[in-house]
Amino acid sequence: MTANRAVYGDTIWELAKTNEKIVVVDSDCIGPLNYQKFVEDFPDRFFECGIAEQDMVSTAAGLASCGLTAFCASFAVFVSMRALDQVRNQVCYNNLNVKMIGTHCGIETGYDGATHQSIEDLAIMRAIPNLVVLAPSTPVMTEKLTRIMAETYGPFYMRFGRNQNEEIYTPEDSFPIGGSKRIYDGDAVTVMTHGSLLPIAKKAVEELRREGVNARLSDMYSLKPIDTEEIEAAAKETAFILTIEDHSIIGGLGGAVCEYTAEHCPCRVVRMGMNDSFGRAGTTADLYRLYGLTAEEIVRKIRALIP
Amino acid sequence: MANCFELREKAREIRIRSLEAVYHAKSGHLGGSFSAAEMIAALYFEILSIRPEAPQWEDRDRFVLSKGHAAPALYAALAMKGFFPLEDLDRLRMADSHLQGAPNMKTPGIDMSSGPLGQGLSAAVGMALGSRVLKKDFNVWCMIGDGELQEGQIWEAAMTAAKYRLNNLVCILDHNKVQMSGTNDELMPIGNVRDKFAAFGWRIVGIENGNDITEVTEVFQHVFDPEDERPVAVIAETIKGRGVSYMEGRAAWHGAVPNNEQFAAAMEELKEGLK
Repeated sequence: MTANRAVYGDTIWELAKTNEKIVVVDSDCIGPLNYQKFVEDFPDRFFECGIAEQDMVSTAAGLASCGLTAFCASFAVFVSMRALDQVRNQVCYNNLNVKMIGTHCGIETGYDGATHQSIEDLAIMRAIPNLVVLAPSTPVMTEKLTRIMAETYGPFYMRFGRNQNEEIYTPEDSFPIGGSKRIYDGDAVTVMTHGSLLPIAKKAVEELRREGVNARLSDMYSLKPIDTEEIEAAAKETAFILTIEDHSIIGGLGGAVCEYTAEHCPCRVVRMGMNDSFGRAGTTADLYRLYGLTAEEIVRKIRALIP
Repeated sequence: MANCFELREKAREIRIRSLEAVYHAKSGHLGGSFSAAEMIAALYFEILSIRPEAPQWEDRDRFVLSKGHAAPALYAALAMKGFFPLEDLDRLRMADSHLQGAPNMKTPGIDMSSGPLGQGLSAAVGMALGSRVLKKDFNVWCMIGDGELQEGQIWEAAMTAAKYRLNNLVCILDHNKVQMSGTNDELMPIGNVRDKFAAFGWRIVGIENGNDITEVTEVFQHVFDPEDERPVAVIAETIKGRGVSYMEGRAAWHGAVPNNEQFAAAMEELKEGLK
């Protein structure tokens, strides 16, 4: 197993070998984002702003305005909140070619506690015009989405967690912007998820299927644009949609699915996530248990609601 | 090379066109436009290497107006230079116009949007770094306000510029001593800005009278020193609202719009030029 954030750093390094337009602007996150090889091999394209996320994002905007493809990353809380004004007004307003990465997202990051756990970043970033918002679940997906970001003009935000991630995809899989991955097809109920909770959602769906509940599972890695066809299909073909994510139930995947279904295909949506509360310090497993983000809880909720 | 008489005329025209645009829109910032008029005239009509017919020319010098509320003066200069028709100035801040309240990259000649204070210098640092990555030799100029020094990000950018020895970067401080609600000293004293920038690793160049076109032009012409690796801070002493006596040095004219009588009086003064 490997962490999505490590794959991101490796991919940037690989891409930089052939794409001379790629530059990295950093805010003291070389280790967390696995930038060591990039720093060694491309010192003239790596800019370290120190612990100054606002300066990092604005500097990236300046570089991008010259025609470069600027990647900048920090902990998701800081990219999406400390530097929000810069993200909005310099990168997105100008539609500049800046790729913003938020690592250690959600309560999964664990021990540092609520101050370092971004549970609002998707809600914030989804609301900004021009911005594409992605939340990959596995290393293969992270690599492919990083490549797509480098090759596609415009502002992007991509979030991933701290921990290592299981792989369920193959290098042959593709992950277009605005798409999703249906991991299990089914006609009883749809579970939608993204990022670090995919293994937990998958375990729950497998349990339900063993019990004879023909549950569907969709990996909704593209939060904006979101795969509206997949939402519409779930609303029409299954009894209800359950979303589960390492994020607030407000404004993330749950919010996005509610927005779309309420307007286009009304159906029941059950949102699982941080229930309008801050997290706390602890191990990932303990925190997921504490806040009800477990396979058992998904199964329990679906059993109670299934017709 | 334009002579100082011509540049003085450009500064006068920038003021008149700013006044007309703001008066017409019934909205906009004249105080900070007027304090910067000579510096913007010198940049656009003497210093910057730019092509109005090719606003995106890759090798152009960049200018970031970080104190974006002075947009009327910048728009006037861009229109006079030929980046867009002079008539566009009549539509400042109107819903059918590209001329937003603060500079926007959709306007030809604008290298970076601005308005939220404190961000422009970091973007200028990014451009100066971009010049190196792309192996170009363009220069980057950024103008900040003195109230803007109260934003912490300015000092983040100051560190980054010094660390990367960006001697192709000039930060002009329009030191007019007045911000929206009063003087810097009343609201948040900015202290000795020369010492502060010097302590951050910048080379300091002073302009005693930033509303004297001769001094401004001469300093700008000789500001770069390839032997010195430090970025350059030009500390220009100016007067807010310079050129219209009832506006000079008064915070009330940061963002106020003249009424009919005030407009007529201001126009009369501006037509005569600075005393």
